[in-house]
Amino acid sequence: MLQIEHLRKCFDGFAAVRDASLQVAPGEMVAVIGPNGAGKTTLFNLITGQLTPDSGRLFFKGENIAGLPAHRICRKGISRSFQVVNIFARMTVFENVQAARLSRLGKTRQLFAAACSMAVPQTMEILESVGLADKRDRIGGSLSHGDQKVLEMAIALGVDPDLLILDEPTAGMSPEETAVVLELMKRLNREMGLTILFCEHDMELVFSISQRIMVMQQGRSILEDTPPRVRCDARVQAAYLGGGDVC
Amino acid sequence: MRFKSAGFAFAALAVLFLLPAVLPRYYLYLLSLVLVTGLLATSLNLVLGFGGIYQFHHAVFYGAGAYVFALMLMKTGLPAWLAYVSAPAAAALLSLLMGLICIRLSKLYFGMLQISLGSLVWVVVYRWYGFTGGDDGLQGIPVPGALSSTSGAYIFVLAVCLLCLALMYRIVNSPFGRIFQSIRDNPERSAAIGVDVRQHQLIGLVLAGAFAGVAGALFVTVEGSAFPEMLFWTLSLEILVMCLLGGWLTFWGPMLGAAIIVVLRTWVGIYTDYWTLILGVILMLLIYFLPDGVLGRARKKKTIENPVAGAGKV
Repeated sequence: MLQIEHLRKCFDGFAAVRDASLQVAPGEMVAVIGPNGAGKTTLFNLITGQLTPDSGRLFFKGENIAGLPAHRICRKGISRSFQVVNIFARMTVFENVQAARLSRLGKTRQLFAAACSMAVPQTMEILESVGLADKRDRIGGSLSHGDQKVLEMAIALGVDPDLLILDEPTAGMSPEETAVVLELMKRLNREMGLTILFCEHDMELVFSISQRIMVMQQGRSILEDTPPRVRCDARVQAAYLGGGDVC
Repeated sequence: MRFKSAGFAFAALAVLFLLPAVLPRYYLYLLSLVLVTGLLATSLNLVLGFGGIYQFHHAVFYGAGAYVFALMLMKTGLPAWLAYVSAPAAAALLSLLMGLICIRLSKLYFGMLQISLGSLVWVVVYRWYGFTGGDDGLQGIPVPGALSSTSGAYIFVLAVCLLCLALMYRIVNSPFGRIFQSIRDNPERSAAIGVDVRQHQLIGLVLAGAFAGVAGALFVTVEGSAFPEMLFWTLSLEILVMCLLGGWLTFWGPMLGAAIIVVLRTWVGIYTDYWTLILGVILMLLIYFLPDGVLGRARKKKTIENPVAGAGKV
């Protein structure tokens, strides 16, 4: 579904992503791990068009999407959440998700129709599945950090993506909130067949739910394999898991 | 509750339309000015408060509408209704052209470039004596007979303003309006949900320009003249202040702000030439005590008392 070949991005001579390659098949749950500054977020920004790659190729469903603007990439079926909360802070929870639905339905240029009755059931369905239905009329910016991260995911789901990219979905969350998000990710992947690519610092979470893991270090993808094999790899243990023989 | 407010709105409309029967001409004229200025401020707020675009020189489209309307009446034999249609069309076109140039820049840089381009238009109008009358402006514009009396002009201005306000209210609450607000809150996130941010901003700018053009034609109808100050940047600043004063995140705020400033200017202007001094003091107080504007403050108070009911209303 997604195929990344030798992607590269430099900022003023510093190669944030030096040489990254990755394959994601339909229905998979793939994690990207690596120490801080390894280039995970930059890689995601390259995939979803917030940044333009300097070189390398980026195929989605067989089509080269490298360098397309973000909104075009979204319409091809890739949606994402952000590491730092990125919501519509002055709109209600309902309107946040509804905006994504309206965009997906291609209704954003309708000038005189009434928005309040549009895409209501689908929006409520998403809010119910993430557990925000009872907060639908709260202003997005007034939610707790954990709820804002969940809303972030709900917005991403609003465009009905084929591939969902989550940049540290549980960063800054309490253990209870993390468990809820974990459960949600599992359900989206297993029951609804959504392909998920995510990065995360919580190793326990990564190893428990991902089918494959890609390891990044200093802008390079150094390994791409199943969780047990990644856990045993000497480079990973030295660079990331802090040594010690686990296998 | 809903029935009651509909009844109230109907009563208010009836009063507004019947005012010419009881009100002296001077007050009708003043009320017409409030309506025209309010329409202009509301059109600015369409892009400012609901789109988050720093349109610093909005008066250019007001002036463009006024001059196109006036010149068509003075220099061509075309019917007046065509002039009323051409004014917003020309303002929208100018808005599209300036938008295409400025839209690549964001926030303050957009505003700065917009002021520069707008001032360019102002200079042309200000200096081109042969065509626009230069700094003398255009006087004695042959407004259609039925609209040349104060009460006729008032009724016409009231009807057109109400129509435009209703249209803008629909737009703000349409799917486009929702997406426009999402762009205001977070352009990056809007792009990530598949919204072509620049295209939507351009649509918004063109719409706002068109409504400003209507306001310009209405002003000429009331005043019978057009002058270059209508597209000078100080007027843009003034309508920006109206939006902030009334509440730029509310729909009716700019209308209220326009009413306050027009009335204040008229009354304080009787006693002193330094009325802007009073305005300055009011502005300073505003920034300290009502950062969300008058209506914004009222809404916030309602939201605190009843968190669910007050949320999300425009």
